[in-house]
Amino acid sequence: MLNYIWAFMILIGIGVAAFTGEMEGVSTGILDSSKEAIQLCIVMLGVVGMWTGVMKIAEETGLVRQLTKLLMPILRLLFPRLAGEETAMGYIAANMVANLLGLGWAATPTGLKAMKELQRLNPDKEKASDEMCLFMVINISSLQLIPINMIAYRSQYGSVHPGLIILPGMVATGISTLVGVLYGVWKCRRNQKKHKNGERTE
Amino acid sequence: MKMISALSGFLLPLALFYIIGYGILNRQKVYDIFIKGVEEGFKIVIHIAPTLVGLMVAVGIIRASGVLDMAANALTPIGTLLNIPAQILPLIFIRLFSTSAANGLVFDLFKEYGTDSTIGLTASIIMSCTESIFYIMSVYFLSVGIKKTRWTLVGGLLATLAGVAASVVIAGVCFGG
Repeated sequence: MLNYIWAFMILIGIGVAAFTGEMEGVSTGILDSSKEAIQLCIVMLGVVGMWTGVMKIAEETGLVRQLTKLLMPILRLLFPRLAGEETAMGYIAANMVANLLGLGWAATPTGLKAMKELQRLNPDKEKASDEMCLFMVINISSLQLIPINMIAYRSQYGSVHPGLIILPGMVATGISTLVGVLYGVWKCRRNQKKHKNGERTE
Repeated sequence: MKMISALSGFLLPLALFYIIGYGILNRQKVYDIFIKGVEEGFKIVIHIAPTLVGLMVAVGIIRASGVLDMAANALTPIGTLLNIPAQILPLIFIRLFSTSAANGLVFDLFKEYGTDSTIGLTASIIMSCTESIFYIMSVYFLSVGIKKTRWTLVGGLLATLAGVAASVVIAGVCFGG
């Protein structure tokens, strides 16, 4: 996917520049942007390093595990049919906690394991189960409480108050997740009702 | 605005206080663990550095060529209709496919309009409350061989739409004018 997006941006940009006579600007743009990318990485080394350091403490002292346990009652409500499936629930919870804490790189491996478990329980191996759909929608809706990367970017680009977006971001994330969950739960309930009445589900 | 700023400023120190306090009360070698974690963070940044170079160059090219301005101009009627700054619209679209490409656009918005402008803040909040739908769906569903994704896309788009709407409203209400 990125292969096309990337090539498309570069080819369109250079193609248009040839017509608008902005070739010189593009030439400077290429060099400046590559330099800028590394300057940004230096800032990120500090901010992201600080965050992963603190999160490592949370992980090794058992705080993350506690958070996972706290999440369980909510998950039982969201995934009633997974009652008793401890492995699947465990992976889903671990994935969500990693997402909440902004540890995207830790979220993907547990998320993939959760999917594998859900697939094992799925009767139709080519069609996503309701649980899979809901799990994906929750992932897509973004759970991150403190958007640490965005804070680093903002600080690099001269924000007076890089952390200003933490609270607004939380509210917006809450709204997007709420909408995703409400839609998902509604869909699940409706399909299960249909299923009971012997209709085909979609 | 002042209160949001104060509350937001409170959250990061509070998180650190709680986590480190909890660690030291449990007699953990918090500093040693922290250093180990920072090292892991460095590896992550090094890992994403090539993507940043690639995508920022691409965004640099379309910015300098004038394509972004053309796109914003063309999208102005839609933006006015939805009450969204037209400059944000390409970002929303790209966001669905790739986080790093979207980040490239955000940096461009920061430079053109300012990090703390309404546009800059809207973009920051949008990036904080959305994910790249198509990327996530392809990674996860492909990994287990699912072909029919049923209502995932509709649900994901609804959540994203809600997040974008909330971002625009919050940025407008809190930081607009």
